Amino acid sequence: MLNYIWLIPLFPLLGFILNGGFGLWKVARTGNRPAKPFVYCVACGSILFSLLLSLSCFWALLQLDPDARIWEIEIFSWIHGPAIQTVTGDLANFHISWGFQLDPLSAVMILVVTGVGFLIHVYSIGYMAEEEEGFYRFFAYMNLFMFMMLTLVLANNYLLMFVGWEGVGLCSYLLIGYYIHKKSAGDAAKKAFVVNRIGDFGFIIGMLMIFTYFGSLDFTEVFQGVEEMFPTPETFWGPLCWIALLLFIGAAGKSAQIPLYVWLPDAMEGPTPVSALIHAATMVTAGVYMVARSSAIYSRAPDVLLIVVVVGLGTALLAASIAMFQQDIKRVLAYSTVSQLGYMFAALGVGAAAAGIFHLMTHAFFKALLFLGSGSVIAALHHEQDMRKMGGLKKYLPRTWWTMGIATLAIAGVPGLAGFFSKDEILWRSFSNPEGHAVFWLVGVLVAGMTAFYMMRMMFLTFHGEERLSPEVASHVHESPSVMTVPLVILAVGSVFAGYLGLPAWLGPNVFEHFLEPAFETSYHGAGASVQAAHSTEILLTLVSVALAGLGIYLAYHFFLKHKEKAAQLRERFSGLHQVIYNKYYVDEAYDVLFVSGGTGWGRFFGAKNWGRFLSAFDNNVVDGAVNNSAAMTKFLAWGSGKVDIHLVDRIVNLVAEMFESLSKVLKKIQTGLVQRYALFFVIGIILVISFYLYMGV
Amino acid sequence: MVDITHYLVLSTIVFSIGVVGVLTRRNVIIILMSIELMLNSVNLNLVAFSDQLQDPSGQVFAIFVITVAAAEAAVGLGIIIALFRNKETVNVDEIDLMRG
Amino acid sequence: MKARPLYLLISPFAMEATLFYILATMLVVFAILTVTAANPVRSAVYLISALLGMAGLFFLLQAEFVGAVQILVYVGGIMVLFLFVIMLVSVREVETQRRANRQWKTALVLGIVLSFELVYFVVQGADVFRIDTISQDLIIESQTLNTETVAGLLYSTYLLPFEIASVLLLVAMIAAVVLTQKQL
Repeated sequence: MLNYIWLIPLFPLLGFILNGGFGLWKVARTGNRPAKPFVYCVACGSILFSLLLSLSCFWALLQLDPDARIWEIEIFSWIHGPAIQTVTGDLANFHISWGFQLDPLSAVMILVVTGVGFLIHVYSIGYMAEEEEGFYRFFAYMNLFMFMMLTLVLANNYLLMFVGWEGVGLCSYLLIGYYIHKKSAGDAAKKAFVVNRIGDFGFIIGMLMIFTYFGSLDFTEVFQGVEEMFPTPETFWGPLCWIALLLFIGAAGKSAQIPLYVWLPDAMEGPTPVSALIHAATMVTAGVYMVARSSAIYSRAPDVLLIVVVVGLGTALLAASIAMFQQDIKRVLAYSTVSQLGYMFAALGVGAAAAGIFHLMTHAFFKALLFLGSGSVIAALHHEQDMRKMGGLKKYLPRTWWTMGIATLAIAGVPGLAGFFSKDEILWRSFSNPEGHAVFWLVGVLVAGMTAFYMMRMMFLTFHGEERLSPEVASHVHESPSVMTVPLVILAVGSVFAGYLGLPAWLGPNVFEHFLEPAFETSYHGAGASVQAAHSTEILLTLVSVALAGLGIYLAYHFFLKHKEKAAQLRERFSGLHQVIYNKYYVDEAYDVLFVSGGTGWGRFFGAKNWGRFLSAFDNNVVDGAVNNSAAMTKFLAWGSGKVDIHLVDRIVNLVAEMFESLSKVLKKIQTGLVQRYALFFVIGIILVISFYLYMGV
Repeated sequence: MVDITHYLVLSTIVFSIGVVGVLTRRNVIIILMSIELMLNSVNLNLVAFSDQLQDPSGQVFAIFVITVAAAEAAVGLGIIIALFRNKETVNVDEIDLMRG
Repeated sequence: MKARPLYLLISPFAMEATLFYILATMLVVFAILTVTAANPVRSAVYLISALLGMAGLFFLLQAEFVGAVQILVYVGGIMVLFLFVIMLVSVREVETQRRANRQWKTALVLGIVLSFELVYFVVQGADVFRIDTISQDLIIESQTLNTETVAGLLYSTYLLPFEIASVLLLVAMIAAVVLTQKQL
């Protein structure tokens, strides 16, 4: 069974080809769209097959011995590259294969992706029911996305993972911009792609560095090389830190961390299932997956781990603060996603990769549920997304209400639900791990409180309180069809029970972490190595976080249910601060000035027209000037040469002559012409000679 | 007891007197006479050794010295006369035609 | 006058020493006078006296022939020639002019230095010169006359130098005649 894991990505690819190809052909031929049932069956069927195959492969993996739970197959040899010299001086072949590997980490990922993906596909049948023109395109792109995501997750080398990485970015662009008649959708799609690309730049350089250091891009070989070349973590900023940092830049782009998070809120322009699938459950988690996969590298680069934690928690805090004031229901969820992703990166940064993946899984459940639920609300209100025009929908959309309620409680960290276990694990680890710190825990707890607050605010504003619906909407509001609500229920069940796979140490076994251990054996400590800290501390911290969550819920209740006027009052008093946060701290505006319009300015400055101007100015002034002035130059040179000749050369010559003259003047005095003087010299000489002989010893 | 050292010392003293005379006097004839003194001191030296070594060669040499001295005196005085005819002086420090 | 035994006064050694010192003093004194006399005529006469003293020393050194030749040739020939030329040349303005030139101080110093050095030279090497302890007996016992000895050497071993000396004298004579011609 495990030899068929290559079929898991293949089914969605076939779905894409079938739906897309057939659809295009049909439209070109007849102008009609393909039949909806056909499209639905192909799209959802392919994902269903993938899901079933994933489950059976997972089961097959479980049959294996826990130490040997890794299954690699190579489909074909993709790139036969030249031999390149690595840092160690050996020659390494740049050989990349299209290969898949199944180990606990990728098994978890494919289950999440196919499971949640399938439910979202089914939901989309209902959500996109009114689409007449492009629905086959939608499902084709959704399938393509699934193919890319599964390739990413199942890849056994960095380059193939990067293929999936780029692919999901492409599909994100295609799907965000699905509403081709909306300019804002197109802009948002472009923004997402460009910001992603910035991150990919770091990823590519990181990959190149990996190859030059370890001679391969294959995970097994690279991590083996890391273990050999760097047995202990780097104590200074060395090559591993550079690699880790560059890869993290890529992850920050894909998983919307500071400073590359700005695309995700705008990505809400796409249809809600897209937001659910891509921007909640799967694509944005690719960064987390990649960092977790590379834990061998990250665990040995403590400086970068610190950066990861700081960036993650900073993002979490920033996004949570913005989410508290958003009016668009999807924007609230988008910032919530960014914030939760920050949690995951914080977990990775303190060395608790298993906890990060655990939160990834639980988050997939409740965030997908939240988005789908909000989609249900939006659909019921004829695509109204502003929460100021909602309220009291509980009685119209009961199923949506209680499923979303469960998800909200889960994300808030209410005990007993999935989010509580995963978030609590992260908070505990950020406090107690060797790389952790009390400050990290403090920030995390603060964000947890904020999360509870804004999520309950969303709930209250949407489902409770007075109805603020516009009249034409109010008349048509009704619950969504089963095809949409059944996935909600299933996801709600997951939101409740998924957490029990990862019980905290003081409650019971952490099956999830135990299962993931072999995947992290190449990292320095091993994934989330159990910390010898007291249970009592953990329980205390848990109580604190629960209390804060409760406080958040209460505050939301207080301001948005009971005394709405107080919220308005506070908004008045702190209007400046409110403005800033409501406008997302003007980050988008800053980027625009610095890079977007600023960039066009630079482009214009260095543009072709200016280049021509530069050249003609150069030609007129410098070149012609040189030509015209060459005569003056020659004159100047001649003058200079003359001066040199007179003042320097002649002086030297005259000096020589004068030297001899003065010398001879002196010597002239000896030649007096008087013979007796000469005789005197004679005698002096004689005396000297005799003295010499006397000195030599008579 | 007069041994050869006495003669030799006497010879050197006379020689030095002659040297001083050559270097000091302005009159060219007296210079010539000082030269004769020097030659004579040498003669004394020769003869003293001849006596010491009982070898007549020293005396023969002394005769030759006297001969040469005579020739030299004759020529020298001829030069002085020629000089006097041209320069009207016998003071050597007035004759600096070769002055550089 | 002390009563000295006569034989002491006339013993050969004492006589030699006495004669030597007398003659030596005479020589030196007259030599100095030669060099320092103002009048060239006087200087010439002093030189004659010095040469006579020298001749006496020659006689003392058992070189009678050289002594005789000294008197005959040196004094009788050369010094007479000097006197002739003096009379020809420097009769008029001799007394009024100064005797020494500008460098006489240096020359004097040099002369003293030279004398001291040479004396030192001689005195230091005195034991070198004492090759044989000459006994006067040998001299007295010599049978041939000094003149004969010299002549015998002169015409045998030193014949060539003798002939050359003759030629030299001839040349000198011609030179003197040529140099003093009124027109060359």
